[in-house]
Amino acid sequence: MNEILSVRNLNKHFTEPEDFHVLKNINFSIQKGEFVSVVGKSGCGKSTLLYLLSTLDTNYTGEIFIGGEKVSGMKHKALAAFRNEHIGFVFQFHFLLPEFSALENVMIPAQKAGKFPLSEIKDRAYEKLKLLDMHEHAHKLSSRLSGGQAQRVAIARALINEPSIIMGDEPTGNLDSANTQTVFQILKDLSSSGKQTIITVTHDSEFAANCDRIIEMKDGEIIGDEKMR
Amino acid sequence: MISRVNFKIAKTHLLAKKKQTLVAMLGVTFGIGMYILMISFMSGFNEYLSDAMLSATPDVHLYNDIKTDYSHSILSDVYDTSKYLSVVHHPKPKDIQPNIKNPLAIVNSLKSDERVLAVSPQLTTQIFYNSGPVQINGSLQGVNIIEDAKLTSLRTKIKTGKIESLLTTSNGILMGHGLSKKLNVKVGDAVNLATPKGNSMRFRVVGTFQFGVGSIDNIRSYVNLASVQQLMGKNSQFITDINIKLKNNAQSAAMAKELKNRYHYVSEDWKTANASAMVGITVRDVMTIVVSFTLLVVAGFGIYNIMNMTIQNKLKDIAILKAQGFSAQDVRQIFLLQSITIGVLGALFGMVLGYIMSYGVYSLPFPSNEMISITRFPVTFHWYHYVFGLVFGIITTFFAGFFPSIKAGKIDPVEILRG
Ligand SMILES: Nc1ncnc2c1ncn2[C@@H]1O[C@H](COP(=O)(O)OP(=O)(O)O)[C@@H](O)[C@H]1O
Ligand SMILES: [Mg+2]
Repeated sequence: MNEILSVRNLNKHFTEPEDFHVLKNINFSIQKGEFVSVVGKSGCGKSTLLYLLSTLDTNYTGEIFIGGEKVSGMKHKALAAFRNEHIGFVFQFHFLLPEFSALENVMIPAQKAGKFPLSEIKDRAYEKLKLLDMHEHAHKLSSRLSGGQAQRVAIARALINEPSIIMGDEPTGNLDSANTQTVFQILKDLSSSGKQTIITVTHDSEFAANCDRIIEMKDGEIIGDEKMR
Repeated sequence: MISRVNFKIAKTHLLAKKKQTLVAMLGVTFGIGMYILMISFMSGFNEYLSDAMLSATPDVHLYNDIKTDYSHSILSDVYDTSKYLSVVHHPKPKDIQPNIKNPLAIVNSLKSDERVLAVSPQLTTQIFYNSGPVQINGSLQGVNIIEDAKLTSLRTKIKTGKIESLLTTSNGILMGHGLSKKLNVKVGDAVNLATPKGNSMRFRVVGTFQFGVGSIDNIRSYVNLASVQQLMGKNSQFITDINIKLKNNAQSAAMAKELKNRYHYVSEDWKTANASAMVGITVRDVMTIVVSFTLLVVAGFGIYNIMNMTIQNKLKDIAILKAQGFSAQDVRQIFLLQSITIGVLGALFGMVLGYIMSYGVYSLPFPSNEMISITRFPVTFHWYHYVFGLVFGIITTFFAGFFPSIKAGKIDPVEILRG
């Protein structure tokens, strides 16, 4: 067993506009290389859970361990460095920086990490774009890309630091079925290589059905956890 | 310490909004430029004035003032005041001599003082310059001109003639330039001088001088000490003023106090004598600082606004940067770098603009004026004004960018990324 992420007694409340118990005593763990979908009705707390796992939201009780390290209670600055190294994000919207080219957008997290010289970062970023078949658009300004293209660049950006976990909040939510298929295949390939673990929130039942595991939520609780293979 | 990627992002943001960046920068440029123009002009004017005033003012001026203390009466010496109530209505000063007693002893003692550079005893009086039927009121200083010239910059202020001619000409007079023009006299011409008591004497103009301030050039003349003593019918010991130049004029105030205590005459240092001019200098300095500060604060608010706007427009970018591992400190740096860049570039251009404007003003002819004799606007070009402008501009923009940057660092990415 090779546990990459585990969660113990996770609880979260929103206090505005009134007290709202959005996550209720969540417990689960995820193995390295798993491709996990989190499903459930809109408003059941999927995104909220994902932002806790991603360490962006620190306002909760309970414990989160990532790669054996307890991230709950870590300082903000340490968490920023931790995210940079271990977590890659893909959102429903691509959130590319509009003034930068596709290649530069992919390079930025690696430049922040500062592990490699600039020329090597450039090569690696180009490799990632190639992996997503976006290398021909490498020097295009990101604001000039179509939705599907931008989302693929965003995935390349999530991969640049070789994170152990990739988290997606409805990463195909804005894409047509052809692009959805492409993105799904890319994520699938990444997880089956065994290096990357993938956790995505999705509405798309077909997308979920093709994953390794489905966690189903309702009103802030996990009501189902099913391994497909 | 500042990571290169932060630099790159800051640079890209600035270049992406060139117009906005330029407007913010021009605010600083204008503020610094105006500051440099004002301070150069004001300090030029101040330096000109203090040079003109001080070059004609001794470090310490010792003289005998007419007493106006009427609280004691000699009636009590004559009548027994315990028996009579004696009152004097409307007393007037007696005809006291405004001269200094035993001036030679004072002069000699001053000359042996090692703080003193030069001493000039003189006899100063009000005088009427007669030019045909017209009488012009002025002042006459009887001096040993060679000694006196050591105290002032008279030698460099001679406009026509020579100082030494005063010694070689009997009854020569060295006249203020403005005065000589009013009297329409030139070197070699004769002029008739009359004291308020009615004595008069003819003098021959041997030269004119111009200190550059009307309050001297339009009223003052120098003649030999013996000539005034003769004109006023006084003996060769009759001295009203002793002017002193010190080796270090910063000691003037202390020296003036000491002499006052020692000799019980009025003793004035140059700052006190030029109090009104000094006030003018202070007022101009304060005005310059207030106006420049206002301009820079306005420029600062401009930058503050623009930075706040930029951050509002960049909420998504800030959120994604944070999600990707940029800390609050990184985000602060990115935005602070932008405002500091605007500040540094704006201030550098401001220095250039300030120099150009100052040079422009310097090239303008100064409107001709009774009181001040200069042909161009007085403008200084001191490097430290420019350095101060640069530093002040950068500090202002730093603070203008500081608070928006703190705000940017605090932005919670979750709210924004949820969409
Ligand atoms: N900042 C907030 N303050 C209060 N309630 C919130 C806030 N964000 C989300 N919620 C509520 O929490 C619940 C869970 O939201 P979310 O996790 O976004 O659901 P979803 O499963 O659709 O992703 C929803 O009912 C939502 O209205
Ligand atoms: Mg959601």
